[in-house]
Amino acid sequence: MATIDQVLIQAALKPEEATKGSGVPAIAVDDLHKSFGSQKVLNGISVAVNRGETLAVLGRSGTGKSVLLRLIIGLEEPDSGSILIHGRDIAGLNLDQLCEIRMKMGFLFQHAALYDSLTVEENVGFPLVHHKKEMSKSERADRVKQLLAEVGMEGHLKKMPSDISGGMQKRVGLARALALEPDILLLDEPTAGLDPISSGEINDLVLKLQAEHHTASIVVTHDLHSAKTIADRLALLNEGDVVVQGSFEELQKSDIAFVQEFLGHS
Amino acid sequence: MIDRNFSPVAGTEAPLSGTRRSLTFPSLSFGPINKFFEWFGDLGIFFWRVVHAAITPPFEFRELFRQLDEIGSMSLPLVALAGAATGVVLSLEARYSLTRFGAKSLLPAAIVFSVIHETGPIITGLVVSGRVGAGIGAELASMKVTEQIDAIEASAVSPCRLLAAPRILACILVLPLLTLAADFCGLFMGWVAQALVEPLSFHQFISAGFKGADFNDFLPPTFKTMMFGLIIGLIACFQGMRTQGGAAGVGRAATSSVVLSSLFVILADVVLVKLILIFFP
Ligand SMILES: Nc1ncnc2c1ncn2[C@@H]1O[C@H](COP(=O)(O)OP(=O)(O)O)[C@@H](O)[C@H]1O
Ligand SMILES: [Mg+2]
Repeated sequence: MATIDQVLIQAALKPEEATKGSGVPAIAVDDLHKSFGSQKVLNGISVAVNRGETLAVLGRSGTGKSVLLRLIIGLEEPDSGSILIHGRDIAGLNLDQLCEIRMKMGFLFQHAALYDSLTVEENVGFPLVHHKKEMSKSERADRVKQLLAEVGMEGHLKKMPSDISGGMQKRVGLARALALEPDILLLDEPTAGLDPISSGEINDLVLKLQAEHHTASIVVTHDLHSAKTIADRLALLNEGDVVVQGSFEELQKSDIAFVQEFLGHS
Repeated sequence: MIDRNFSPVAGTEAPLSGTRRSLTFPSLSFGPINKFFEWFGDLGIFFWRVVHAAITPPFEFRELFRQLDEIGSMSLPLVALAGAATGVVLSLEARYSLTRFGAKSLLPAAIVFSVIHETGPIITGLVVSGRVGAGIGAELASMKVTEQIDAIEASAVSPCRLLAAPRILACILVLPLLTLAADFCGLFMGWVAQALVEPLSFHQFISAGFKGADFNDFLPPTFKTMMFGLIIGLIACFQGMRTQGGAAGVGRAATSSVVLSSLFVILADVVLVKLILIFFP
């Protein structure tokens, strides 16, 4: 039986590998605008993430971090601006093509969004049931166990989402996001509500995926320590735009008042 | 992306978030009318997507069987009870009026005809609108507001295929069966109400009632309830999946599913009765 690492490494050698190093970012968001009614949420935001790179997105609540992630996976449509995934503009795609791209993306929702009528095990198995039809039941069960072990949830296979804590739901959601060995990870506050030990494990997991699978990740977080640990770059959002982008040290050196205030309060 | 939303022909499907309302006319007084047409337009697009999902593989058979079981079993007791009660009421009313007009011998036929022609089907339609409309509406709405439907989409699975198509198909298939149950309970209790006053075997009652009746009296009214099933399933799924606004939105979605589906069931009945009279005289 292949270990998760082997599976991930194998997957890493597949076609998208070609774009790695070829200069095409895995995710390229350019001049994105998004309003809800009269409320302007994103105001010309641009970010790019290469394969094997992790971008941490920071910002106050309500600045549109979750909306940014939802736009990238096509759950919302931008008012203007473009989103390129591996160089393909998702705006022009029909549903089948969009699904093809989504299969290679892992998405962790801010509130986990587990299917409340399915057990933990079935939640993590959901993408496998629908997209890995060639997998036998026992192969799938093994894979689900591996995934749950990665996030430290292997002891809760049969529980319903309503019977586990918010932090545990988050971890199950992360396992579900990793089920199809995505090469792009969009994580909305993966460590929020977790104890320091669990959040350290999540950080290690993200780092491992990045190293072994060359995952391109965007991680929304309020946890500066976690951002410092896992991210190559940090982007600080305010009022729908990136205020500053760079390594943690570069952010610390910034003389923009908002940046200092943000870092100072954390 | 707008193209994806409005080009259902290519089998495309946009996320069902209600955030892409785009038609805004300057005059406020047209607001409700615009909303109404927008609602109808969106319902049409949704219907097309469901049809597409229902006729192209992969088919979600397991989910279909689960829904058949669930919808059937949760409605059966209610439908049977409602059918039985209307059978009694019809029987009492018919006895009273027919006796007054000296046509008491027509009693069994009057009861049989009104049950299988109209009361059985419409009572079933309305009871299922209430029970299943609220059930599906609230279930899907709560999935929508907790982002579970978004999560399905993010997993590259179509919520229309996985959630809506099996529920709607199950409604279509279950309604004629439930109608049979309502018809039977209605006839049976109609007979009981007669037999209590005047001894008469069930067999006598039925054979007197069905004398002169043929399949055209029975099949079209029973099968028209498939249309009720379509309306109930479609509206409940549609209202559920476009819900916004947290827990309050879930309540609103459940209410509007029930109100709209019962309303459209009654309106459709008007048209269907007329069509049946034309095509099966
Ligand atoms: N579907 C929606 N309809 C209306 N407003 C929305 C919707 N989604 C998000 N918003 C608004 O957009 C803003 C940004 O939300 P969000 O991205 O969730 O913030 P955060 O940065 O905390 O993740 C909030 O003010 C929120 O109310
Ligand atoms: Mg958020």
